[in-house]
Amino acid sequence: MTENISRKAVDQVGTEERCARFKTRSIKKEAKVSGLKMALNMIDLTTLEGKDTPGKVRQMCYKAMHLHDAYAGLPTVAAVCVYPSMVAVAKASLKGSGVKVASVATAFPAGQSSREVKLEDTRIAVDAGADEIDMVISRGRYHAGDYNFVYDEIAAVKEACGKARLKVILETGEMGTLDDVAFASRIAIAAGADFIKTSTGKIQPAATMPVTLTMLEVIRDHYFATGEMVGMKPAGGISNAKAALHYLIMVKETLGQKWLDNKWFRFGASSLANDLLKQLVKQKTGAYQSGAYFAID
Amino acid sequence: MAKTDNNADWNLAPAPESTDHIHIDKRYELFIDGKFTAPSGKKYFKTVNPATEEVLAEIAEANGRDVDKAVKAARKAYNGVWSKISAKERAKYIFRIARLIQERAREFAVIESLDGGKPIRESRDVDVPTAAAHFFYHAGWADKLEYAFPVRKVSPLGVVGQIIPWNFPLLMAAWKIAPALATGNTVVLKPAETTSLTALKLAELIRDAGLPDGVVNIVTGAGATGRALTEHPDVDKIAFTGSTDVGKMIQRTVAGTDKKLTLELGGKAANIIFEDAPIDQAVEGIINGIFFNQGHVCCAGSRLFVQESVAAEVDRRLKHRMESLILGDPLDKNTDVGAINSKGQLETINSYLAKGKKEGLTMFQTDCPVPEKGFWCRPTLFSDVAQSSVIAREEIFGPVLAIQTFRTVDEVIDKANNTPYGLSAGVWTDKGSKIFNLTTRLKAGVVWANTYNKFDPTSPFGGYKESGFGREGGLHGLRAYVNLH
Repeated sequence: MTENISRKAVDQVGTEERCARFKTRSIKKEAKVSGLKMALNMIDLTTLEGKDTPGKVRQMCYKAMHLHDAYAGLPTVAAVCVYPSMVAVAKASLKGSGVKVASVATAFPAGQSSREVKLEDTRIAVDAGADEIDMVISRGRYHAGDYNFVYDEIAAVKEACGKARLKVILETGEMGTLDDVAFASRIAIAAGADFIKTSTGKIQPAATMPVTLTMLEVIRDHYFATGEMVGMKPAGGISNAKAALHYLIMVKETLGQKWLDNKWFRFGASSLANDLLKQLVKQKTGAYQSGAYFAID
Repeated sequence: MAKTDNNADWNLAPAPESTDHIHIDKRYELFIDGKFTAPSGKKYFKTVNPATEEVLAEIAEANGRDVDKAVKAARKAYNGVWSKISAKERAKYIFRIARLIQERAREFAVIESLDGGKPIRESRDVDVPTAAAHFFYHAGWADKLEYAFPVRKVSPLGVVGQIIPWNFPLLMAAWKIAPALATGNTVVLKPAETTSLTALKLAELIRDAGLPDGVVNIVTGAGATGRALTEHPDVDKIAFTGSTDVGKMIQRTVAGTDKKLTLELGGKAANIIFEDAPIDQAVEGIINGIFFNQGHVCCAGSRLFVQESVAAEVDRRLKHRMESLILGDPLDKNTDVGAINSKGQLETINSYLAKGKKEGLTMFQTDCPVPEKGFWCRPTLFSDVAQSSVIAREEIFGPVLAIQTFRTVDEVIDKANNTPYGLSAGVWTDKGSKIFNLTTRLKAGVVWANTYNKFDPTSPFGGYKESGFGREGGLHGLRAYVNLH
């Protein structure tokens, strides 16, 4: 199945140079305000901890819907992202808000389990009401060259998702080269991924601009070839507003305006929201408010 | 799902670099013997901002008498001071110039963009820092010339006349002045008539650096001023960067004299994309190769050769990428493509566009809006270009790319070398052996592999065939400013 997937090369140096260009874009005034709001609206507000409790998840869900009520006209985030055990709590809390519930599954974050367990994990999350599933690929099998295994697994999880949209996490921090980031992205898309996602957030480095650009280019290639859109989710490591705006520039210049929508682009992040809020308030009032003014849920 | 207002396209707001801190005089005089001096012919010409067509300043026009004065000042400084002081002292002056350029980098960048039309991103990130780097690099050589040329005695040439083009005004001045001073020569430099301002600002800076009077003289003017300099009997060397036509004229002028000569002339570089290349990075290299500085680059990758198996793929990605280029106000930090340097150059470029269309070539231009005033040319591609087409043969010096396809390595080498020029080339492939095969067989002074338009003071730059002779930068660049015994 994966024999016909292109292994086309990616040049690391050239990719880094292109990313540096995105960072020279100057985003001011109304472009900044609308960019910050757009970024807020693209966040998958995330908590993936052993210490997660229903109470904590409910608090986060409230925050997802009420980012900063002192500032009128703010959007909600795109989704909250939780473990399968918390999906039902999140679903109930977010009812009617339009905010989606995403759940990690497939023995997240290491993926070190059997196909049966991974599929069951997925079904449990979907049955509990998850709108979106964030799966991890079997990295060991990928690096051993067992690409068909990886492909089959993604396809099987996609089937288990039913109507839920599937995000496929490559864990690019373990990939080593951009050639592999591109190849794994192509495998994931061929196997049915609705979104491709950089990282679990559990290992470093998480999302980087070169990795994200490489994945965006694979998405663009797929679009050129088939006319089908695939979503992108960089996760982990994007914690400030400036970086988020540079990512949006990268999306716009690589894929175009159509992808500047939370149906097609997400930030997997927990601390990004408050920096975006801080910058928005600064644009309005001219002053940076203390972090104490922004809820930490 | 709750949403922001995503109906409107997300476009960048204007982000112009401030000009508040910039001071441009109404009138600039000639810089001769450490002083700003009125031209003996009392003639001045205007320099305009090509993005707005507004006059920025009046510039003195040097005639033969002024050039003579400048050469005499340079000779006096050479005999009296510059050839006498220790190399270590010379180095200190050059270091000082380098540091002052860094200190005033923002000012130089803004003026360069105002006077020449290039995007501030380029003048700020490329022109000015690279100019400072050239002075730093050559300052380091000044007292180490014996190590540059082991077992030889090194002596300066004397007075050098230098004539530079309008595409990188400050950077070309640095390429010329820095090695000349480091090797102990004195200088008379003539900037291009459309872009004199940063050279004159550099004159102010050199004066502020305390350089002895007459070591660097700057005479502004057009062709006649340049001719007076090349014909002057007391000039020991001419260094010229510019068009091949003028280069040939200069070579005729100095023939039979004792003058040494280096020429860095035009180019029509082949940028070669193989099927195993990293395509997106290659596309970026094509963009950088031909649209950097509006294509006003002698080493621009103006002939694109794409292996036929990836031709469609490259074409689609290239056009897609071109649509994200922002054309407009050179002072806006987001501008990718600035103004064409002058009305005359725009007319030249437009005449080539007309010729290309007349030949029946397929022309593609991006959709970007173009300002009403000023001189502008949209990024342009011509595809299915024949080797015999005027678009593939002549240097256009604008944002215009000629695209051809090829099948085999031998074919592309033959085509790439089939030009009177030989300044630079680019090769894109993931395979190292292919790179080495091509770099040895391409007749080009500079070959970039998996990158394009990279400049560094340590790396010699210069051409084959009608792209000139002599090298600038690195050890080879020093050789052009010394006698070896």
